[in-house]
Amino acid sequence: MDLLTLLQMLDSTMRLATPLLLACLAGLYSERAGIFDIGLEGKMLAAAFLSAAVAYSTGSAWLGLLAGIGASLALSGIHGLASITFRGNQLISGVAINFLAAGLTVVVAQSWFGQGGRTPQLAGAARFEPITLPFAEALRDIPVLGPIYYELISGHTALVYIALLLVPVTWWVLYATRFGLRMRAVGENPAAVDTAGVSVIGLRYAAVLICGVLCGIAGAYLATALQAGFVKDMSAGRGFIALAALIFAKWRPWAVLYACLLFGFLQALALRPDVIEGVLGFKVNGQLLDVLPYILTVIILAGFVGKAIPPRAGGEPYVKER
Amino acid sequence: MTFMHKMLGATAAMALSAGAALADPAIIFDLGGKFDKSFNESAFTGAQRWAEETGGSFDEVELQSDAQREQALRRFAENGNNPIVMAGFSFATALEEIAGEYPDTKFQIIDMVVDAPNVRSVVFAEEQGSFLVGMAAAMASKTGAVGFIGGMDIPLIRNFACGYAQGAKAANADITVLSNMTGTTPAAWNDPVKGSELTLAQKSQGADVVYAAAGGTGVGVLQTAADNEMLSIGVDSNQNYLHPGKVLTSMMKRVDNAVYDAFTAGDALEPGFNVMGLNNGGVGYAMDDNNAALITADMKAALDAAEASIIAGDIMVHNYNSDETCPALDF
Repeated sequence: MDLLTLLQMLDSTMRLATPLLLACLAGLYSERAGIFDIGLEGKMLAAAFLSAAVAYSTGSAWLGLLAGIGASLALSGIHGLASITFRGNQLISGVAINFLAAGLTVVVAQSWFGQGGRTPQLAGAARFEPITLPFAEALRDIPVLGPIYYELISGHTALVYIALLLVPVTWWVLYATRFGLRMRAVGENPAAVDTAGVSVIGLRYAAVLICGVLCGIAGAYLATALQAGFVKDMSAGRGFIALAALIFAKWRPWAVLYACLLFGFLQALALRPDVIEGVLGFKVNGQLLDVLPYILTVIILAGFVGKAIPPRAGGEPYVKER
Repeated sequence: MTFMHKMLGATAAMALSAGAALADPAIIFDLGGKFDKSFNESAFTGAQRWAEETGGSFDEVELQSDAQREQALRRFAENGNNPIVMAGFSFATALEEIAGEYPDTKFQIIDMVVDAPNVRSVVFAEEQGSFLVGMAAAMASKTGAVGFIGGMDIPLIRNFACGYAQGAKAANADITVLSNMTGTTPAAWNDPVKGSELTLAQKSQGADVVYAAAGGTGVGVLQTAADNEMLSIGVDSNQNYLHPGKVLTSMMKRVDNAVYDAFTAGDALEPGFNVMGLNNGGVGYAMDDNNAALITADMKAALDAAEASIIAGDIMVHNYNSDETCPALDF
């Protein structure tokens, strides 16, 4: 395997890891505040649809991104209303959101565009184009470092860099701000936060809405950056892999980045059976690589490698007085 | 109260239409959806053509889950629809169960064989059509490598890949044929993101023409090929118009003809086994204004010659389904 092949695979890893990373960070905020969210998939899907639809109608990918965030926020609002205000079961609310998004996107797309639950193909400014970073062309011929900079670091869409930036930002918010401290506390012991005179409901809503914004970016990335339009069910289970990555990372921001890159790399590896065979000398079943993220998560959950302890108040609606 | 009235009205209307639907033909679309720009849409086109030409009407349903197959079949049969056409191989199990219970109803299943006295099984010689587009791909390739991207890894899709590889090697014995499947679950029909990444992976292995037999996943393949100066080949319906000048051709599977013929035959539909191949217009490749510049006169001549030889039986294209092996490609 030569350097160029490796770089192309890592490049593919970056593209595949980005939606996972965004969804995973979204889940991190929500779950750290004590609201389990298995509706990441549905929110991504709704955002993917509306971002593509609005990007097509207005010709602007950025307006599409805003619309995608809006769609995802609306579903987050429903999740918040059901699980925070009305203290419903968070898992059931999440499942409902997944179903709602899977059905609504196709129905609305069909009545809007009449193309069988898809949006028309996007072109030009309606898509996020890859950005060539400064000096990428000039430095391309430098051995080793040039191709790494040109192939791997440069040439992604704006949303990839935003996703990567969000990792340190999330770390800073969680561990260096008052809001982050309170949010983490709400996920561990909401009664203590309440005693201190801070609104549990307000904090949880804030976390769920941040989750909505991030899922919105993830969905828009799928439909307007990776693809040129929406196709039904195009999120294809990435929201669930993101949840697995979140557990794998034990709810910590930097670990989330590494987990998503690992899972993205496994997906990229599954695309290149020839490379695996070349390196290992025997054929590896593609399905094995596809299930590896889940197997790894189960191993972590079973406690073989460290221990994954979820936020203690996760899944529990907060009741002020008993 | 108004809502209640509406509900009652709707129920009454349904009851009326149920009576009127007697002996109308019916069609059941598979999970890909009626407008998948591919297999199911082609079936729908055939049904619509029949309705426009005869002024008749037909009943239809789009399945949402595997569990509905038997239910949908039973509903149409109880309703008196005749014939009932199923678009998709997945109906076989449900049909085997139901066909005997409704001996007076004629069924037609596409892409699969069900042996019952009132069932007509229509299968397409996908390997023949794929052979021709494989030749076209090999002749259009400048790098000496062509790719195939399938949807769900099932024998039907492997047959596409196998015919394609045979055609490519017939046109250029030294060609490299790359083959990838998107997945092993029905989700593989709707994962354009993975389709795109597979296209890029094949490009980095040198392929410059890629053939997608992958339903909605193919949308991602065709898009990525167009974005990255590769040629692509569509499937089932004519997909040349999706990216004019960048789609080499499309392997047409005339599901529309199969549906149209069944609807025209009505309850006189002849049961039995039926292969639609090059000889009876069941498969072929698409030529139109969008790809006229891509298919040179030499290529056209070679394709015409190959088509004639296949029809005459001089070229035998191996069918993967016959023995689950492929002489030109390893899976």
